[in-house]
Amino acid sequence: MTKSTRIILICSGKGGVGKTTLTANLGIALAKRGVNTAVLDADFGLRNLDLLLGLENRIVYTAQEVLDESCRLEQALVKHKQEPNLSLLPAGNPRMLDWLTPDDMQRIVALLSEQFDYVLIDCPAGVEDGFKNAVAAAKEAIVVTNPEVSAVRDADRVIGLLNTHGVQPVQLVLNRVRPKMMASQEMLSVDDVTDILALPLLGLVLEDEQVIVSTNRGEPLTLSSNNSPAARCYSNIAGRLQGEQIPMIDPSKEGSGVRAKIRRLMQTKIF
Amino acid sequence: MTLRDILNKLLRRQEASANTARERLQLVLAHDRTDLSPDLLDQMRREILEVVAKYVEIDLKEGAVSLETEDRMTALVANLPIKRHPSGAIKTKELSFNAENSEEQSTENT
Repeated sequence: MTKSTRIILICSGKGGVGKTTLTANLGIALAKRGVNTAVLDADFGLRNLDLLLGLENRIVYTAQEVLDESCRLEQALVKHKQEPNLSLLPAGNPRMLDWLTPDDMQRIVALLSEQFDYVLIDCPAGVEDGFKNAVAAAKEAIVVTNPEVSAVRDADRVIGLLNTHGVQPVQLVLNRVRPKMMASQEMLSVDDVTDILALPLLGLVLEDEQVIVSTNRGEPLTLSSNNSPAARCYSNIAGRLQGEQIPMIDPSKEGSGVRAKIRRLMQTKIF
Repeated sequence: MTLRDILNKLLRRQEASANTARERLQLVLAHDRTDLSPDLLDQMRREILEVVAKYVEIDLKEGAVSLETEDRMTALVANLPIKRHPSGAIKTKELSFNAENSEEQSTENT
């Protein structure tokens, strides 16, 4: 490893909070910025990153064959057609459930570091073997969570494990934010979550129906120039990763009508 | 306290669920982070009180031992008010352990 590749683990503990969606969108957003990016699907039991990127029909080899030396890395990498700066590498296939070890993961990430600027590792849910493999290869991490008690609790567990593995820095992405519910105090606020988890906030992602539409099509939101709320959020996160100062949106200030004003008045602290 | 909280109190509505979520999370995380079950914490609390009660007279009703978490640091906080003589000197107990222990047990159970 001669150049300093950023190897970022994207993890959450709980499943279904948006790790894979974030990985796909960040990967595309970074590639669009001209950054040579690899996304590694570390979830070889239930892999889905290929599906979200629309690359499911183009996988021939996996990291497994690369490590076996039955193919070269270039053969296993699947290049995105519209964004050739982005390549996908699946870790393994679902039929080989207990094949990978932390050593294997480190070897494959070391290979990727030779030719990419960013390696985004899409971590499996849970804190068992799949997580341990993925974390072994990571230098830094993004923890994704939702403003829900179960997701925050699991995120806390994962943050503890990342600390013991010496992964640094660890930053937070708060996904599926609903400004209205936050304003009426029926959803944990951004401050609640950052205070509880004590992590620097890398970004918020607003709840957005377009996310489902984009996964249906296998075209991440950041791919097109559409300006859906979540797409903007993902692009901002990519910018911040690259050191740009992009102000955080304030969900409590979303909306401008009379109702929004009343909501704001209702949540002002009096004493 | 926000306007909404006051309104909720006046109308006797449930408090906003985000507050409940935050309180529940803080409690469960304090336990998760230390890997202490509520039972173990209670046992530890009782033993700490016993030890302290050997040396000074404490108000067992007011005494509290709890886990508090801030910025990923969890602290065991014991708040044990010490009873004082009217003269102002701290009341120390005669060292007759057996009697004390049984006395304390009964206080705990009530």
